[in-house]
Amino acid sequence: MTEPIIETTGLTREFKVRDGLKRRTVLAVDDLTLRIEPGEAVGYIGANGAGKSTTIKMLTGILVPTQGSVTTCGLRPVQDRRRLARQVGVVFGQRSQLWWDLPVRESFRILAAIHDLSAAAEKERTDELVERLEMAEFLGTPVRQLSLGQRMRAEMAAALLHSPRLVILDEPTIGLDVLSKQRLREFLVAERRTHGTTLLLTTHDMGDVERLCDRILVIDRGRLAYDGDLPGLSRTVGAERVLVVDLAESIEDLTGIPGTRHLGSEGHGLRQRLAFDAEATTAARVLASVSERAEVLDLTVEEPDIEDVVRRIYAARR
Amino acid sequence: MKASFGRTGRNLARGAGRLRLLFLMRGTIRVYWRILVAGFRRQSAYLLAAFGGLVANTTFGLLKVAILFATVRAAGGELQGYDVALMSTYIWVSQGLLGSVNLFGRIDIADRIKDGDVAVDFLRPLDVQAAAITTEVGKSLFNLIPRGIPSVLIGGLVVGMALPDHPASYLLGAVSILLGIAISAATVYLVVAAPGFWLVETRGLQILYMVVSGFLAGLFVPIWIFPKWLEMLAQATPFPSMMMYPVDIISGRVDVTESLVLLAVQLAWLAGVGALGQVLTRAGRRHLEVQGG
Repeated sequence: MTEPIIETTGLTREFKVRDGLKRRTVLAVDDLTLRIEPGEAVGYIGANGAGKSTTIKMLTGILVPTQGSVTTCGLRPVQDRRRLARQVGVVFGQRSQLWWDLPVRESFRILAAIHDLSAAAEKERTDELVERLEMAEFLGTPVRQLSLGQRMRAEMAAALLHSPRLVILDEPTIGLDVLSKQRLREFLVAERRTHGTTLLLTTHDMGDVERLCDRILVIDRGRLAYDGDLPGLSRTVGAERVLVVDLAESIEDLTGIPGTRHLGSEGHGLRQRLAFDAEATTAARVLASVSERAEVLDLTVEEPDIEDVVRRIYAARR
Repeated sequence: MKASFGRTGRNLARGAGRLRLLFLMRGTIRVYWRILVAGFRRQSAYLLAAFGGLVANTTFGLLKVAILFATVRAAGGELQGYDVALMSTYIWVSQGLLGSVNLFGRIDIADRIKDGDVAVDFLRPLDVQAAAITTEVGKSLFNLIPRGIPSVLIGGLVVGMALPDHPASYLLGAVSILLGIAISAATVYLVVAAPGFWLVETRGLQILYMVVSGFLAGLFVPIWIFPKWLEMLAQATPFPSMMMYPVDIISGRVDVTESLVLLAVQLAWLAGVGALGQVLTRAGRRHLEVQGG
C-alpha cells in the first residue's frame, strides 16, 4: 500500500464571525476525514460556503486547523509549508499568482527561480507549457492586458511550472467561455497522462467533473456528504437528464414513454421536455419512442447540473 | 586504520554538508535576487508617476531651500555645523531619497493581507516577510533613477551644494542608502503590514507611521537642529537610520570613522526590525483568516 498524497483525520476549522455586536463561531470544516491516493483525480464539490476553499487552504498550509490532523505529500502543511510548496501547485480561480505589471514570460522566469529550476529544466518545462496551453502569442504581454481566458491559461502554467506531484484547482474554469474551458480540460487530461499528476479540484461546473474526475467528494456544511464515483452519485441522488424535443406538429403531452417523466410542454406541444433516468433507459431509446408519435425537428439533452446534484444530496441529509 | 577511515568519512560528510549549505545559499540568493529585479522592473512600468514624483520632490526641495537657507543665515551663516552649501546637500539628497525610502507607510503586502491575496504568497517556498521586503527594496532602487539622481542633479545645478571631501563617502553613502531603504521597508512591514494578521483595517497605523516617520527621519529639518531631548528621542527609533544617517554619510557631514559607526547602527536596526517582523509573522499565521473566499 502506497502512502496517501492527502490524508486528513478529524480536520476542523472554526472562524469567529462578528454578528452585530455578538461574536459567534462558525464551523467551516467539521471533522473531515479523507484519504486521497497518488494519481487520483478528485472533484470536490459543494455549495458556496460549504467549506471547500477552507479545506484547500488547510491542505496547503495557508490556514492553521483548529483541530485534527492533515498530511499532504507526506508533510505537515503548516510546519513544512515551504517544502510542501515545492510539491504542490495551486490555482485559485479568483486570485492571481502572476506579476500584474510584468510580461507573462517574466512571471514564469521569477517562478522558475523561486522553485530553483535549472536553466535546462526551466526551458524544457516552459516550452512544454507554452505549446500545450497555446500561450506563444501573449508571452510578451503584461498580465494586466490579458483576456480572462488567456490569464487562466497563464495561471495554470504558473502553478504547474515546477511539475508538482499534486495540483489543486479552486474553481479554475469560473467565468470562462466554452472553448476556453474545453482547452483547459484537455490540457489537464494530457498533463495527468504524461506526468501522473494527482488532481484535486473544486468547481460548480458539471463538465469539469465529468471530463476530469474519477472520484467525487461532496461537502455539506463542512462535513463529507458523499465519497464515490460520478455514476454512483447520480444513482444516489437519482439525478435525471432531460431530453428537450422540438416537434414538427403540435401533439398531446408525451406521457407514458417507459423510463421517462413528462416535465412540460410549450407552444401547444411543439416543444416538450422529458426527464429520464440514465440508469433505466438511454437518450436514443427515448428519442425512438418520441419519433413514433411525431417527427422530431431538433433536440437537446440537458445534463444534471452540479447545483442540482448538491441540492438533492443536501435535501436527503436534512 | 579503521579509525582513520572513520575520520575521513566524517570529514567527507562534513565537507558534503558544507557544499550543500553553499548550494542552498546560492539558490537562496538567486531567488531573492530575481524577486528584487522583479520589484525593480515592476516599478519601471510606472515611469510617468515617477516623473510626477520628481516634480513634487523638486518643488518641495525649493521650498525647503527657502526656509532652511533663511534659518542658517539668521543663525549667522552656520547652524549646528550646517552652512548654506551643506544644508543644500542635505535638502537635495533627502528629497531625492523620498521616492525610495518608505516614509509613507504603504506596502503591497499590507493590501495583500487585507484582501486575502497573501494566500498566494504562502503557497510559495519563500519566507513571506523576506519576499515582501525584497520586492519593496527592488521598487525603491528603481525609483533612484527617475527620482533620486535627477533630484540631486537639479539641486546641484540650480542651487549648488557641498560635496564630500573623502571619496570613501560616496561608497559608504551608497551602502548606507541601501540599508536605509531596507530598514524603511522592514519597519513598514513590522508596523503597518504585520498587524494586519490581527486587524482588518490598518490604515490608521499607516497614517500614524507617515506622520511620525518623516519628522523623526529628518525629512523636514535635520534632526541635529532639534532640541536635545527630541534629537535623543529620534535616535531611539529606526527613523534616522532611514534617511538622516545616509544623508550625513554621503554628504560628508560625518567623517569615515563616524560613518562606519552609523552603518553599524543601521545594521543593528535592520536586524532588530527584521527579527521582530519575523516573530509577528509567525505568530500572525495562526490568526490569518484569508478574506474573500
